[in-house]
Amino acid sequence: MHAFRTVFVKEVTDNFRDRRTLVSALLMGPLFGPILFAFVISISVKQSLSDGSEPLDLPVIGGEHAPNLLDYLASRNINIADAPTSRAAALEAVGQGVHDVVVVIPESIGDDMATTTPARIEVISDQANTKAERETRRVIRALAAYNQELAGMRLTARGISPVVMQPLNIDLVDVSTPSGRSAILLGMLSYFFIFALLTGGMNLAIDSTAGERERGSLEPLLCLPVTRDQLIFGKIFAACLFMALSLSLSLISFYVVLKLMPLQQLGMTPNFGPDVVVQAFFLLVPFALLGAALMTLVASFTKSYKEAQTWLSAVLLAPTLPILIVSILMVRPSTAYMFIPSLSQHLLLVGLIKNEAVNWLHVAVSVSGTLALGIVLTLVCARLYRREGLLG
Amino acid sequence: MIRVDGLHKYFGEVKAVRGVSFEATDGRITGLLGPNGAGKSTTLRVLYTVLKPDRGTASIDGADVVGDALRARSMIGSLPHGSGLYPHLTARENIRYYAKLYRLPPEVIEERVQSVIDELDIGDFADRRSKGFSQGQRTKVALARALVHRPRNVILDEPSNGLDVMATRSLRELILKLKDAGKCVLFSSHVMQEVAALCDRIVIIAAGRVAVDASPDGIRDRTGCDDLEEAFVKAIHRVETD
Repeated sequence: MHAFRTVFVKEVTDNFRDRRTLVSALLMGPLFGPILFAFVISISVKQSLSDGSEPLDLPVIGGEHAPNLLDYLASRNINIADAPTSRAAALEAVGQGVHDVVVVIPESIGDDMATTTPARIEVISDQANTKAERETRRVIRALAAYNQELAGMRLTARGISPVVMQPLNIDLVDVSTPSGRSAILLGMLSYFFIFALLTGGMNLAIDSTAGERERGSLEPLLCLPVTRDQLIFGKIFAACLFMALSLSLSLISFYVVLKLMPLQQLGMTPNFGPDVVVQAFFLLVPFALLGAALMTLVASFTKSYKEAQTWLSAVLLAPTLPILIVSILMVRPSTAYMFIPSLSQHLLLVGLIKNEAVNWLHVAVSVSGTLALGIVLTLVCARLYRREGLLG
Repeated sequence: MIRVDGLHKYFGEVKAVRGVSFEATDGRITGLLGPNGAGKSTTLRVLYTVLKPDRGTASIDGADVVGDALRARSMIGSLPHGSGLYPHLTARENIRYYAKLYRLPPEVIEERVQSVIDELDIGDFADRRSKGFSQGQRTKVALARALVHRPRNVILDEPSNGLDVMATRSLRELILKLKDAGKCVLFSSHVMQEVAALCDRIVIIAAGRVAVDASPDGIRDRTGCDDLEEAFVKAIHRVETD
């Protein structure tokens, strides 16, 4: 126990002085997620605000033939802009991206209206362009509404109520809550936390085998009257401490980012207050032992620091796998899933953000399952540390 | 006192050590001499218990290096080949870390660390981080941390590697001081002159076996060569052609 503490204290002091560890544990890991997240959110806020509320400039060819239609579009905040002179020029302009969408009104529209023949209106756009696609949808929606209105007027003129055209009245009832809607976007949060946690201990995990070996400090260390178990346990626990530190910084920085972002404008109120931050910490921190042991295990097979870093970047991605599968399949939390590390943390965290009632059985299974696997991997590490081949 | 008896160590097909036996007694310097790859390091690694022998035994002051490894380790101070320090710790912290792992009582740790710093004359850089140390400074600190628990037996694996003339000189003085203090010093080298200048007893190892085990004079007698280097070459040649 004494040697374990000595090794632990030394590893912590040593790594607090190592710029490489500090940058990855206290800066990169905790900040990468929030910055990326803030970026994504601000873009989607901008996009959702642009829907319908801001004026759209729409080039129309032949607008002079349908003044009523133009008035209608203007009432929907769509302003008529200068258009190319001909349909051919319009096709070219849209193809080259000069215009996102151009509407062509035929000269015959007046006659068509008079004879109740459907008038052909062309909407030229490039559907491969996301921004154009959104504007096109808006234009078509406006045209369809105008179409509906005209049809209604024609029916009324013939003494028929326009309601006959509407046998069904489809009404979507959305039961999602603002916190529930946040969960879709915030689902990726759990991965950021696990990522931050793992990066926090990465350098320490490498150091206990590949790093010590490369520096030449492993052999003298093994000559000391201390069991190798004590050495490796001390090192793994030091890695756990850095992981926990990195995790808490990551949680705090997300808390700040979510407070600053205009999420309400997206119809979201994430349940991510200080109490949730604390709960999330305790849900996620059992992953530290598993992560530290797994990374130490992988690093122990490598020959050098560089090689270890390469392999460990793969380990950083491993926890995404269950999260990814789940977000595609949209599974609901179940006790069986709670045995799977990273997946169980993800599901519990999503529940927390959705402000759902805590299922204590799930929490217990997740925490103990993850810890148990972490202990098993730690013992495997200790076994490998006892090998003669450790010296390389 | 270090005793090695019929030691064998194989790495797969490679027979690194095939029946090495010798004794290193207290108050004497024993040199393990041999060309690169002769099995010197492997023998020493068995002695400081990081490798287990396939056959044969070895003991440190009676403690078996396999059966009683922890006790054996506590009775040696070892300087493995290419010993590295922790670059973010100062020299003093490096030494203190080992003092703690050697389980020195907490109340004597600081005093012991200081005394070994004085003995090895590293006071000038004791409180600097070891990141930028020269090879000579690094070796001194590595030696200091190996000696901080005042072991009766000292094992040094090619300690003079990479040292300049002055550093080699001070290392030599230090080894002589350890001898005068009655310690059992065992060190390996592939440099004949170094061994000849220091050792009371020379064990020449070649191809995993002991070629000669004698005093410097005894070696000259046995090989019929006046020149030690000549004797060395002859002895090795004899074993390797066996």
